[in-house]
Amino acid sequence: MRPRGSARRVAGALSAGLLATALLAGCGGAGSGKTKLTIGLFGDFGYADLFTEYEQSHPDIDIVDSVAKYDDHHTSLATHLATNSGAADIEAVDTGYIAQFKQNPKAFVDLNTKGGADLKNRWLSWKWESSLGKGGEQIGYGTDVGGLAICYRKDLFAEAGLPTERDQVGAAWPTWQAFLDLGRQFQARAPQGTKWFDGGPTLFNSIVGQAGVGYYDKSDQVVLKDNAEIKQAWDLVTGGVTAGLSAGLKYSTPEWNTGFKQNQFATVACPAWQMAKIQQQAPDTAGKWDVAPVPGGGGNWGGSYLTVPSQGDHIDQAVELVTWLTAPEQQAKVFTKKGLLPSTPELYDRPEITSYTNPFFSDAPVGKLFTDAARKLEPQYQGPQAGAIQEEMANAMLRVEQGKQSPDESWNQAVGDVQRLIK
Amino acid sequence: MTTTTPPRSGAATSADTSPPRRRDRWYRWDVRLSPYLYIAPYFVIFGVFGLYPLLYTAWVSLQERALNDPEGAHWVGLDNYTRLLFHDPYFWNAMGNTISLWLLTTIPQILLALWIAQLLNRRLRSRTLFRMGVLLPNVTSVAAVTLIFAQLFGRDFGLINLALDAFGLGKIDWVAGTASSQVALAVMVVWRWTGYHALVFLAAMQAIPGSVYEAATIDGASARQQFWHITIPMMRSAIVFATIISTTGNMRLLAEPLLFAGGVASGGSDRQFQTGALYLYETAFRQFDFGYGSAIAMLLLIAILLVTGVNYLVTRRIRTD
Repeated sequence: MRPRGSARRVAGALSAGLLATALLAGCGGAGSGKTKLTIGLFGDFGYADLFTEYEQSHPDIDIVDSVAKYDDHHTSLATHLATNSGAADIEAVDTGYIAQFKQNPKAFVDLNTKGGADLKNRWLSWKWESSLGKGGEQIGYGTDVGGLAICYRKDLFAEAGLPTERDQVGAAWPTWQAFLDLGRQFQARAPQGTKWFDGGPTLFNSIVGQAGVGYYDKSDQVVLKDNAEIKQAWDLVTGGVTAGLSAGLKYSTPEWNTGFKQNQFATVACPAWQMAKIQQQAPDTAGKWDVAPVPGGGGNWGGSYLTVPSQGDHIDQAVELVTWLTAPEQQAKVFTKKGLLPSTPELYDRPEITSYTNPFFSDAPVGKLFTDAARKLEPQYQGPQAGAIQEEMANAMLRVEQGKQSPDESWNQAVGDVQRLIK
Repeated sequence: MTTTTPPRSGAATSADTSPPRRRDRWYRWDVRLSPYLYIAPYFVIFGVFGLYPLLYTAWVSLQERALNDPEGAHWVGLDNYTRLLFHDPYFWNAMGNTISLWLLTTIPQILLALWIAQLLNRRLRSRTLFRMGVLLPNVTSVAAVTLIFAQLFGRDFGLINLALDAFGLGKIDWVAGTASSQVALAVMVVWRWTGYHALVFLAAMQAIPGSVYEAATIDGASARQQFWHITIPMMRSAIVFATIISTTGNMRLLAEPLLFAGGVASGGSDRQFQTGALYLYETAFRQFDFGYGSAIAMLLLIAILLVTGVNYLVTRRIRTD
């Protein structure tokens, strides 16, 4: 029960605080009589205002968030789960790691048993499915999704004599093959130092993400070697690389960030969260960018989940907060505040999303572009080592980029490396 | 307070009525036990943070165990070790890189440190400033240093490539090549640790009594002869210390290759600069293969012991004849 009047609240807090200090001194309690909910995040989820709002409506809850770097966050979460202590009450998990964590659903509260089964239809079906454990346990509610589009440089397109209007551009690349053909046209007249796309790994991931079956089939068998769609993607992208269309940069590296600033590439596969990064990295390119639909229709890159580790002391309160944070109303607020795309499709037709444009990207209707891609994406099953396999494939692509190996040599080594990874 | 002299008669001591027997016993216990108490903190802390993790790692290394699923762990005996030693080319690749990086870092480090110590040992103006200055690289954060060096060694806009290009030598893709990436990493390590070793060497040099040099000068030994026949032999223990420190440091080389590859734990697209420690990190903490990672850790430990032993044997040969 929550006390209502403010005087009672103060009195309640005071006496509870005294009690707590007397009884629980040294137990790490908040000391104010409130329930302290800890939440472990990476990067900016845009939650600061929501926490305040929640604390105001739930005076007995005190939310303490801690933010770590992407890899550090997931590594320490894994160790905390392994030692069964130290995890926060709520832990964020990224798409790149969710397949690994769902292997051990016991470590997390099954949200299906906490009312999740009824909420299922809130989320995009692929978002919901990718955090399901083997036995159908739901280990986390989806926060944002990335969606996928192609961000391109209008000014560089114009210099190379290509169309610059986003509708024309989108119509020029219905398929990835057409995308690379246009690239060859671009490269022939490209400005000095500019390549068609940023790097093989980004492009390859985008194409693989659209395939019906990725690296795994549903029985957790790795099918890389026999998956014709993936081999096709490989041949297509390495063809572009050997034709000199790639700037040879790997995504999320400092060099890649510099590439945005230095006009090293004219196109890049671009999820919604990428927009803020480009604006931050290369403020001088304002107005030079535009956004067109991604070849092949649907796509997603990134996005996260909020999980409740089962080792926590305040599971019910944590589940309540997670449910609230990932509810459509709150996702809408995060979208207007930070531009993170909701994972709940009921918002996609709302005017604030369909009419959302970004002046940095020539007022492209990015809200609609990204949600269209997220909606069109077919679910693809992710097996336990999907993240590690993606890293191996990125390395394989870089070996071709760096001229260390031919596409065939690199493919064969990658097949062996992946085999070794799964033993 | 215990005391061996019999108490003088006085107001304070006369109130002490305890029989001398008991106090003797206290005294004996005190003398016998307190030394152990004094050294206990070290052993307790070592036990908790050193020995226990070591034994635990050894235990985990005999299991097939995922970091995120400890309950699914099962016993596999020495399987992890046989797989590592006989069926894992990437382990040997990482060990090979560790050895080549060890040679690339330790030798220049020791030679440079000797040279710098020799310079600092002279009468210089504002000596203290220089002596403290050489330690600066050592106290800066590894992450910051690596990020800056990674920029210097950048392919497209790195300062070093700009300079090479200006001299018409063309650009080098430092991260891509095996030799080039290891040289870049060695530069980072050498830059970071040379000053530290130089200070240790300087202290050792100053501990050599001046009379030895005077005698040598009277006997007609040149400065060069004095350096090789007096300074170096008398610094033996400092050199042994420096090589051991740089060897063990090198076996743990992790942050530099990790950040040089932009946070990817494979150490380059073809694992061209993946060190043993980085391979351990990739296996245990990126792929969550905790049992196999622990086996790598145990083998690294054995390797460190072996290399340190060899080190000791080699450097022991530097002696005053």
